[in-house]
Amino acid sequence: MILAVAEQREGTLNRASWEAIAAAQRLAAQTGLGPVRIAIAGGEVAASAASLAEAECAEVVALEAAALGAYTADGFTAALARLLEAEAPAFALFAHTYQARDFVPKLAARLGWPLVTDVTGYGEPFEGRRTFTRLVFQGKLAADVVAEGDGPCLVTVQAGAFPADGVARGASPAPVRRVEATADSSAIRQKPEPPFQEAKQAVDLSQASRIVAVGRGIKEQSKLALVEELARALGAEIAASRPICDAGWLPLERQVGSSGQTVSPKLYLALGISGAIQHAVGMKGSRTIVAINKDAEAPIFELADYGIVGDLFEVVPELVKELGKSK
Amino acid sequence: MKIAVCLKQVPARDAQPRVNESKTWLREQDATFELNEPDAYALEEGFRLRERHGGEVVVCSAGPARVAQALREALARGADRAIHVEDDRLASADAFAVAEALAGAIEGERFDLVLTGLQSDDQGFAQTGVVLAERLGIPHATIIMEVAVQGDRLRVKRELEGGWFQWVEMPLPALLTIQSGINQLRYATLKGIIAAKKKEIRKVAPAGVASRLRIVRLRAPEKTKQTQIIPGPAADAAKELVRRLRDEARAIE
Repeated sequence: MILAVAEQREGTLNRASWEAIAAAQRLAAQTGLGPVRIAIAGGEVAASAASLAEAECAEVVALEAAALGAYTADGFTAALARLLEAEAPAFALFAHTYQARDFVPKLAARLGWPLVTDVTGYGEPFEGRRTFTRLVFQGKLAADVVAEGDGPCLVTVQAGAFPADGVARGASPAPVRRVEATADSSAIRQKPEPPFQEAKQAVDLSQASRIVAVGRGIKEQSKLALVEELARALGAEIAASRPICDAGWLPLERQVGSSGQTVSPKLYLALGISGAIQHAVGMKGSRTIVAINKDAEAPIFELADYGIVGDLFEVVPELVKELGKSK
Repeated sequence: MKIAVCLKQVPARDAQPRVNESKTWLREQDATFELNEPDAYALEEGFRLRERHGGEVVVCSAGPARVAQALREALARGADRAIHVEDDRLASADAFAVAEALAGAIEGERFDLVLTGLQSDDQGFAQTGVVLAERLGIPHATIIMEVAVQGDRLRVKRELEGGWFQWVEMPLPALLTIQSGINQLRYATLKGIIAAKKKEIRKVAPAGVASRLRIVRLRAPEKTKQTQIIPGPAADAAKELVRRLRDEARAIE
């Protein structure tokens, strides 16, 4: 049996859950271990479970307890460890969200099961064994990985690797089985406060039709003027990869990537950005991607429609000049 | 406050890794290595907590002999002493094996706080810190952007997705994985480099290295797109790019 574990917060299903389900369904089709089951844990998950039941699956397991109302690593690890031991799936799949990153390694350690994180696909079998593909060395190489032993295995899947629109829907809703989780709130050591947003985001990059994004290759803060000039010439918003915001050169609200905004503009022009996974997940849905980077091996060129291997300090002024000419 | 910071040494960010003959790891002899950047933020956070609360910062790394260089750098930046869990197999080990090696080396010391970066720039599992916390039997929180120590408790700001945050409180001892950008890094001074030469690096052997995951094949990532590389001098390439963005992609007017 293959189990997809969905995620919700205060009754709202995380959309990444559908990607875990798509990954589970594809694995089930390849292994014949289907149909999949779907689990969801929380304080009250009836609405999320009903929505999940539209997916083609044997059943949805709604794991509920008051102690799971607010997410904690201790609470979710304890509740899901018991569920997984009882269900004994061959594979359990999660989306590689911040929440999964917070507790799934603990869950795997508790169960003693292998865990393959941030998987982008299923590789060619190796000596008859199933392989999982994941990106390593900042996305410069792909690794096919096998889990040792023949026991169950936990997997988290990278955002966008198994698109949600690939989820097979059932002809009629699957049954929902409610399981009372025996979560002991006194054993939960983390005391979470309600989530909050910093200041209201002044910049909504997701609405921009063109974005000029800058990365480590810019080298100095003073060189950002060059990028601003190009953005003006293109009528584009400025964005950045994480290191630029970490350095305080641009505000955090202009960051694109797993910890920032996810964008899909008509044009995404990446200047001096290597294209590490954390950045790529935030922009790879852009319609046209242009990369300008002096390193011909940079992973950003794997995503780009157009690439210029060269010095951005030479290319960008020429671009500004060219865009300024009458058409 | 007794603080352990777990560090990893990873292949240098700027170099293209060359794979070994069996295509299961990189050719170590060709690679240059550096301190994993997220761990550098964890180290700096350790220093800032020591400035506020006193105590010591002990750095710990699990890996082959080369790792001593990263530990030496951490000592030069200001760590008080270092522990090196040395074994060649730890270079490519999975997060469970690394966490087990680190746990064996630090569990006897009863640290108040264990810090590490949120993930490594080599295999990028984003697991080691969390597994280590489970192994040590202490609470944890991940992707932390602010740390406040309040007596025997900790209040930390966790980064969630899409611009959301959350404060979480927990008792000490605890483990945190630190998000890059939590602080501004400070680098080693000449004085620090000289002082580091006299600091202790204690070497220990792991009880065993049992990875549950094995890389069977390293290869170039699949291209999702057919990239058109535009050649030529900057002026020509820029002109051609603008033409294609107008005429082919219709991404600009």
